[in-house]
Amino acid sequence: MPKLKLPTPPKILNPRPTRPGNGPKPTPLDNAKEAGATVVDWLDERTSLAGPARWLMFRKVPRGTNWFYTLGSATLFAFLNQAVTGVFLAMYYDPSPTHAYESARYITNEAFLGEFVRGMHKWGSTVMVILVFLHMGRTFFFGAYKYPRELNWIIGVVLLILTMTMSFTGYLLPFDQRSYWATIVGVNINGTGPLVGPYLSDFLRAGPEFGATTLSRFYAIHMLLVPGAIVALIGAHLYLVTKLGTTAPPWLKAEQESELREERA
Amino acid sequence: MIPGAFDGETVTRRRLMVLGANGAGAVAAAAFLLPALGFALGPVFEEHKVPWQPVGPVEDFDDTSYVPVTFTIVDGIGEAGKTLAYVRKRNPKIDTDKLPKGFEFEEFIAISTRCMHLGCPVHYVDAAQRFICPCHGGVYDFRGFVVGGPPVRPLDRFYTRVRLGQLELGPRYSVNSELDRFSPRDPGEPLDGIGQYLYPSRPSVRKLNTGQP
Repeated sequence: MPKLKLPTPPKILNPRPTRPGNGPKPTPLDNAKEAGATVVDWLDERTSLAGPARWLMFRKVPRGTNWFYTLGSATLFAFLNQAVTGVFLAMYYDPSPTHAYESARYITNEAFLGEFVRGMHKWGSTVMVILVFLHMGRTFFFGAYKYPRELNWIIGVVLLILTMTMSFTGYLLPFDQRSYWATIVGVNINGTGPLVGPYLSDFLRAGPEFGATTLSRFYAIHMLLVPGAIVALIGAHLYLVTKLGTTAPPWLKAEQESELREERA
Repeated sequence: MIPGAFDGETVTRRRLMVLGANGAGAVAAAAFLLPALGFALGPVFEEHKVPWQPVGPVEDFDDTSYVPVTFTIVDGIGEAGKTLAYVRKRNPKIDTDKLPKGFEFEEFIAISTRCMHLGCPVHYVDAAQRFICPCHGGVYDFRGFVVGGPPVRPLDRFYTRVRLGQLELGPRYSVNSELDRFSPRDPGEPLDGIGQYLYPSRPSVRKLNTGQP
């Protein structure tokens, strides 16, 4: 049956776009509306980062993805909390054995919001350790460490060790009785390793006794050395997550295409 | 014959260039990495001298009980550099160990308060004549030998000498269960049997060879 031609709609319902250069001049409001797109375009034209950003942000996740899959992001945000509060604590903290306790006391009792920021850092460290272990447990019980994700598991274990190093070195910094003796005990536990232990203790203390540079050494490890390594490894960890994708929960069976099923039969 | 190489060439110019650039990069990286590493590791090999320090007139100490004395083992860090030692006179009835060569004239015993489990501070309880550690329950007898808990060797001691009527304490030394003297070891490191080889002496601190000259 031949089709009738559709009637042309009146012009008012189908306005033609104005040719570039012919239309009314864009008002400042129009420009403001376009500002975001303009900035992104300007950046993308020069970096070509829109593709990688889309690759990172908009990925497919398997069916059955649930709240357990947010533990990694939670750990990341716990780390970001530690990084940001740590940077601001460093503005008041003085890592010298004679002033450390006083500066920590100043942060807690005198500085505006000091107790809050210090509390965020102190309790945040505990939260981060708990989240790291929950994230590790999720990965283990969901079998997400298996091929091809072994390398990501290894990077995760190194990140766990670095997190523990952060906890150990950070514990000394308030320099009260508890920090001091806990560090003595911790360093001596390192020292009980046969053959290398005594030298490891000397390295950590910068000498045979807890001395003038032990605190600054712990401070440098705590705020420069280990955070740098953690940031780099988190980058590698996230790259591999994006590259390899996440696993479906183990209770979901793999579904085959119906055509393939027929072929096999 | 290597592809792209001139006749008789064993290393192409491209290869030489790559090796040269990478080698230069390695040298540049080593130029800042090695000094930084040496800087961090230096204190492990640097010898740490402990000066003799007077802690009181010799009449203050007797051979039946301990007197606590406070003195500085690390300079420049305030209270954190001070430590406590328990001092008494040698008592021939109790202290039957033979003094080593060079130390025959030692008259005093200064016990370190560093617990030999993991380094917490022990305190002396006069009524029980025991040193007690608050952390993990280490207990030592009057002479500093382990009688209970996790410590792995007797309490460390300090060298002692007498100058102008004043008792002076010197560096710390470690002992095994025979009271043989070793250079100071960290707590948690046994010195009996194979222990002294598993936990070797460190270059940062050595033992004295002679006592009062």
